[in-house]
Amino acid sequence: MTWVNAVVQGVLLGGYYALLACGLALMFGVMRIINLAHGDIAVLGAYLITVVLDHWNVNAFIALVPVLPVMLIAGYGLQRTMLDRALRSGVLVPLLATFGLSIVIQNLLLEKFSPDVRSLGGNAGGLVTASWQISNQLSISALGALILGVAVAILGGLQLFLSRTQAGRRMRATAQDPDTAELVGIDSRGVYARATAIAVATACIAGLFLAMRSTFDPFSGPTQLIFAFEAVVIGGFGSLWGTLVGGIVLGVAQTIGAQIDPQYSVLAGHLVFLAVLASPHGGIFRVRPAT
Amino acid sequence: MTAVPATTAAVRVQRWTRLSAGFTSGFGLFAVALAFVPVALSQTATQKLTTLLILVLMAAMWNALAGYGGLVSIGQQGFIGLGAYGTVWLCNHGMSPYRAMVVATLFCGAVSLPVSYLVLRFRAAQFAIAMWVLAEVAAILVSFDHSLGAGTGTSLIELNYYSPDARQSYTYWLTLGMTAFFLAVLFVLLRSRMGSSLQAIRDDEEAAASVGVRVVLGKRILFVLAAAGCGGAGAMTLANTLFIEPGSIFGVNFTAYMIFMVLVGGLGTFEGPILGAIVLFLIQNHWGSSGVWYLVGLGVGAILFALLLPRGLWGTLRDRYAIQLLPVGHFLRGARAAEEPA
Amino acid sequence: MTLLALEGIEARHGLLPAVRGVSLDVAEGEVLALVGANGAGKTTLLRMIAGAHRPSAGRVRFGGADITSVRAHDRVRMGIALVPEGRRLFPSLTVEENLHVAARPGRWTVDTVLDAFPLLRPLRNRRAANLSGGEQQATAIGRALMTNPRLLLLDEVSLGLAPVAVESVYRSLETLIAEGVTMLLVEQDLTRATSVARRVVCMLEGRLVLEGTGQELTREQIMDAYFGLHRARRAT
Repeated sequence: MTWVNAVVQGVLLGGYYALLACGLALMFGVMRIINLAHGDIAVLGAYLITVVLDHWNVNAFIALVPVLPVMLIAGYGLQRTMLDRALRSGVLVPLLATFGLSIVIQNLLLEKFSPDVRSLGGNAGGLVTASWQISNQLSISALGALILGVAVAILGGLQLFLSRTQAGRRMRATAQDPDTAELVGIDSRGVYARATAIAVATACIAGLFLAMRSTFDPFSGPTQLIFAFEAVVIGGFGSLWGTLVGGIVLGVAQTIGAQIDPQYSVLAGHLVFLAVLASPHGGIFRVRPAT
Repeated sequence: MTAVPATTAAVRVQRWTRLSAGFTSGFGLFAVALAFVPVALSQTATQKLTTLLILVLMAAMWNALAGYGGLVSIGQQGFIGLGAYGTVWLCNHGMSPYRAMVVATLFCGAVSLPVSYLVLRFRAAQFAIAMWVLAEVAAILVSFDHSLGAGTGTSLIELNYYSPDARQSYTYWLTLGMTAFFLAVLFVLLRSRMGSSLQAIRDDEEAAASVGVRVVLGKRILFVLAAAGCGGAGAMTLANTLFIEPGSIFGVNFTAYMIFMVLVGGLGTFEGPILGAIVLFLIQNHWGSSGVWYLVGLGVGAILFALLLPRGLWGTLRDRYAIQLLPVGHFLRGARAAEEPA
Repeated sequence: MTLLALEGIEARHGLLPAVRGVSLDVAEGEVLALVGANGAGKTTLLRMIAGAHRPSAGRVRFGGADITSVRAHDRVRMGIALVPEGRRLFPSLTVEENLHVAARPGRWTVDTVLDAFPLLRPLRNRRAANLSGGEQQATAIGRALMTNPRLLLLDEVSLGLAPVAVESVYRSLETLIAEGVTMLLVEQDLTRATSVARRVVCMLEGRLVLEGTGQELTREQIMDAYFGLHRARRAT
């Protein structure tokens, strides 16, 4: 039964990874940019929420409300100022620029907040401790279920956005052929900026959940980034639903590894990632540039 | 219609210019002169120069991968860590420390060969992340091993058999030798026929493949060379700083430094990484103790260079003035063909 | 009234000059054919008019306004639409989505476009990558029409199509011309070009070497200009 519990916990964990990863997948799918600062942006979101909580004693979810628009604008601005230029100089430059950004964010966070580890578990109301007891060895935490639900909702929402709305269609068109997109009247730079804004906002939500389900510090970014990457790659680059599957596979791999020995948890995830990469498919879903 | 004869003068292919010949010989003499540093300068100065040499080595290796092979790796710290911990392991099993460093370096090169069969199949994005994950896996596996100090770190106690002065001198000489060796190998490689192929791959992989360049072989050679070089840098870091732990020696910070040095110096040039290493060294020396702001500055610097001067200091200079000091390219010399009358 | 005016346009690909000193006027309602061999600079010129390529010298005026530094998507808003060489449809979008994506207010809507190209109606939900050459061409023209342009630029619409498909495309073009749409079309097929356009312009190595109406110019004159034979004749 404990194995079943491990798998269930893994699926819930996978929900978090999928949520964390979907912004990364979107940016890569639309712009071919690998944002090496993505994990740090999630952590930044978490810290901004703590700033709000320092001033108002509210539930952490309420604190998200003012932070989200700030992050949306920041993402938009990031694309227009930095990443747009970086894109024009070739494939390598965005990688290097976002790496630099990652270092800047980490160290600015260190400067503004101490290196102490923090958590927002206490600000989630009773959510963090609530759970459904299914059997002796199997319980489902309310927080975990919520995260999975939010992940599915956001991924589904993004999918609908891309396939049903005009803005979403334009985003898909620009992803496939930015040159021709301009020729039919689509402002490609605006599309890119919107994609980055969405990616940053979803990272911020993921940051909130990271803070709730565990701890974070200024240097938590890279670890989250690796997990996000692994989720995206396992699921096949650029496919949104693939990211959900990838996240769940990663989560389950980690929890099963932890069952064997808590030290093996992260390692198990890495090994599954490498195995998937090495397999003929190179990813469970085929690699497609856009959904 | 009458035929119009065109006159062409002979065109020569030239590899050296007077400037580059002069500079390269000067550089060689300079390298020999560097051997006298431990004798001539203080121990602190020697240690600092050792650090600089290690930076030069790391920058040159990352540039070999990314600048000439088009392989962006954010996981070279895996080999740095393997070189360092490999040295510890060999010493634990009775080898003398300096010999262990050399063997550990070779070991990193050897290990990278089978790895290359896996990772060189990947596209750019997957390759970059796969290298990082491999580095993390190496770090985790090392941290399991208690004989290697597990998570809390270890030092090379065998080095205590030497006096501090002697230890620093031997460390310096070995580092100088390694750096000179890897730079020389890279120089010869780039000047060879394989080297032209590599530069072709860097410029346009598909076009290169279509004229018969063996792209994968070229990349594999660079991959193994860079792995060995980074392994050497790791072993030397251990010798120079005496204490290592998995968190830092396998840290992605090293990649940050390598990217910075190569970006600032000039990606895909031979001289660039050396220049970038000197710049980073000077910054580290001057502001290294400023803590957070030093790293922020480094990050901002990387961003600014990426956006404004993507060819780096040397790359921009070279584009403007067509200089090569350590020549790995070719020049065409000779009169142009006379144009046909309109 | 002059709708489009090019003044002394120079355009390059890297260091290679593709368009040299081209000046051209297109009147409202006119149909102009641009002919020339491969590499003459025709596609570069069209892309430059559409805003996808920056000229290194010269001015572009549209409806009197200087649009030389206006970006491509803004030019679409002003009424310039390009049907690119090779169609360039968005492969994983359906025919209907390809049309929708370009939609701007005006008489051309998805329905009216499908009326103009009835062969597309049964294909509206098919992905663009799965269409035949002729179907793709119809979709590409339809997509440009969806922007409700004042000036329609067509780059080699007959390239790679079966004769039946070319026939069908040109019939649709004739309908558009009858409605008074201003067109500038690049065409390698001289017969087609002269049948549909009143005025013909020939480019060679980036320069305009011949200009005139279909009546004024003989087929021989056009071919001479096309291949640069008049230069060779001068040399002998």
